[in-house]
Amino acid sequence: MAEPNTAAQPSQEFEKVLVNSSTEVASFDTHDKTALQKIQHFLHSTPAAVPFVVLVAAILVFGLAIGGRFFSSYTLTLILQQIAVVGMLGAAQTLVILTAGIDLSIGVIMVISAVVMGNCAVSYGLPAPLAVAAGFAVGGACGLLNGLLVSRLKLPPFIVTLGTWYVIMATNFIYSENATIREADVTAVTQWLHVFGVNFKVGSAVLTLGVVAMVALVLGLWYALNHTAWGRHLYAVGDDPEAAKLSGIRVGKVLLSAYTIAGLIAALAAWVSIGRNGSISPSAAVTDYNLQAITAAVIGGISLFGGRGSILGTLIGAMIVGVVSMGLNMLGADPQWKVFLTGVLIISAVAIDQWIRKVAA
Amino acid sequence: MAQEPILTARGLVKRYGRVTALDHADFDLYPGEILAVIGDNGAGKSSMIKAISGAVTPDEGEIRLEGQPVHFRSPMDARAAGIETVYQNLALSPALSIADNMFLGREIRKQGLFGKLFRTLDRAAMEKMARSKLSELGLMTIQNINQAVETLSGGQRQGVAVARAAAFGSKVVIMDEPTAALGVKESRRVLELILDVRRRGLPIVLISHNMPHVFEVADRIHIHRLGKRLCVINPKEHTMSDAVAFMTGAKTPPGEAIAA
Ligand SMILES: Nc1ncnc2c1ncn2[C@@H]1O[C@H](COP(=O)(O)OP(=O)(O)O)[C@@H](O)[C@H]1O
Ligand SMILES: [Mg+2]
Repeated sequence: MAEPNTAAQPSQEFEKVLVNSSTEVASFDTHDKTALQKIQHFLHSTPAAVPFVVLVAAILVFGLAIGGRFFSSYTLTLILQQIAVVGMLGAAQTLVILTAGIDLSIGVIMVISAVVMGNCAVSYGLPAPLAVAAGFAVGGACGLLNGLLVSRLKLPPFIVTLGTWYVIMATNFIYSENATIREADVTAVTQWLHVFGVNFKVGSAVLTLGVVAMVALVLGLWYALNHTAWGRHLYAVGDDPEAAKLSGIRVGKVLLSAYTIAGLIAALAAWVSIGRNGSISPSAAVTDYNLQAITAAVIGGISLFGGRGSILGTLIGAMIVGVVSMGLNMLGADPQWKVFLTGVLIISAVAIDQWIRKVAA
Repeated sequence: MAQEPILTARGLVKRYGRVTALDHADFDLYPGEILAVIGDNGAGKSSMIKAISGAVTPDEGEIRLEGQPVHFRSPMDARAAGIETVYQNLALSPALSIADNMFLGREIRKQGLFGKLFRTLDRAAMEKMARSKLSELGLMTIQNINQAVETLSGGQRQGVAVARAAAFGSKVVIMDEPTAALGVKESRRVLELILDVRRRGLPIVLISHNMPHVFEVADRIHIHRLGKRLCVINPKEHTMSDAVAFMTGAKTPPGEAIAA
């Protein structure tokens, strides 16, 4: 770019020579890039591209290995059903990770919310809407607690949520006396707790309302993250909290909102999980839901350092895990290979993230 | 000076634990002027700027804008009052785009239902305004205003930060060492931007270590030493070596400068 020399004449002696120098000062994209740098820049601006390519590759590989059965819309939609809950928890986790935090308690928040919903409806005989609302209140309160500890007391998110993970898990077992609420008992009082298990057919594809809810949630969050000020602030806070603060963003409020909304999403995931499982089991608290949610986000290209990544990537990350696990299952492989591959994917994703972050000016 | 100052501070104190960054510092900025603030590293220049711009709350002291006492509790408050600051560390979010950064914390929402109900950002309007502000300051013919700031060079980033301050500052623009990290040519460009901003009638506070630049553009020079204002000198009446001598304590400033 050659711009007109609008600058006044340099008045410092040593700057006189500038008059004859090149006037290209603030142009953009002036130098040629190598193909690799171009890829790096593309990935920098399109963070969901890598997981998308991996997903397509995984589908192709398993499709070739397994044949037509794998490509059936039945199989592919079954994968969606299986990842609905983890996809939602991954979305909640994404909000927190984007702020450069982590939520280790997200899985047990979901379990305790489900237990509260079930107990309210079955044991206390509350109407379904109240039971659901109680579950959301508990999920939101747990998230709020995390948010207050992180934003007000300025404790590290890892430590805060490690602590609340244990506290909420223990509360869950003490409160529920580890008693499972049977599906029939729930069905006897209300259909509403199972509403997300309702399925319908689109051609030969079988979708549940839980899958619809997950996709709607991710799209809604994608909109909020990219097209509202709140979303931009969330990225800014995770990117550089000091800069965000000096830009006038109320960092504490943004953090508080991220953890609280994550808790509310966990409650929504609880409702969806009741629809999927039928019964409500407090012992689900020992399942590594929080790690699965982190895995979906990381494989989906969300940077653990905060401020980078697209929530669509998280959905794709959850789908990658779902495809790999279904594919290996259909091939009759040892399920540990799924665990093995997940580990490889996580490390690869973080390595790629590091490389993308080094994008040069 | 006959005019009333637009921005004053009296007796500002700021302590960080045992360090006293500001020790009863005074400050005066007059309408339409470029006031340079110089001082050794650690003299408390940045701390004073942060107190004035709401980034830190002073432990003691009073700040007045146009004669009225103000108590900024956040940079947002100061910005709402018309004071824009380019901080020493720039305060840009590296991963966000140029347009996002320019409007960070004061985004424009769409008109009508979408803006009200869904709080949708008016991307088009923000990009248009960002582009026009940047080219108004002669900064660019940017193709891609959605480029992440971290993909820009140091001078370009500084340009974005200065453009942001100039675009939104309605009363005062403050710049903390805007050329410290820049090359000769890029510094010159930023200096031109500063003169441009003054031509539009805005007073500017310029913190800088570059004595030639300070003496070239400043109307008055505030010398900061050991957490307070030591004196204010007129660049036409003193030399650069005088200024450096005052600021390092090698020489005592004349009495009338201290009174200023
Ligand atoms: N956030 C902080 N925490 C602790 N000490 C600080 C902080 N900010 C500034 N200081 C101290 O206050 C003094 C003044 O710093 P500063 O205002 O940055 O000076 P200057 O900008 O003139 O170089 C220094 O001794 C510095 O170490
Ligand atoms: Mg400083």
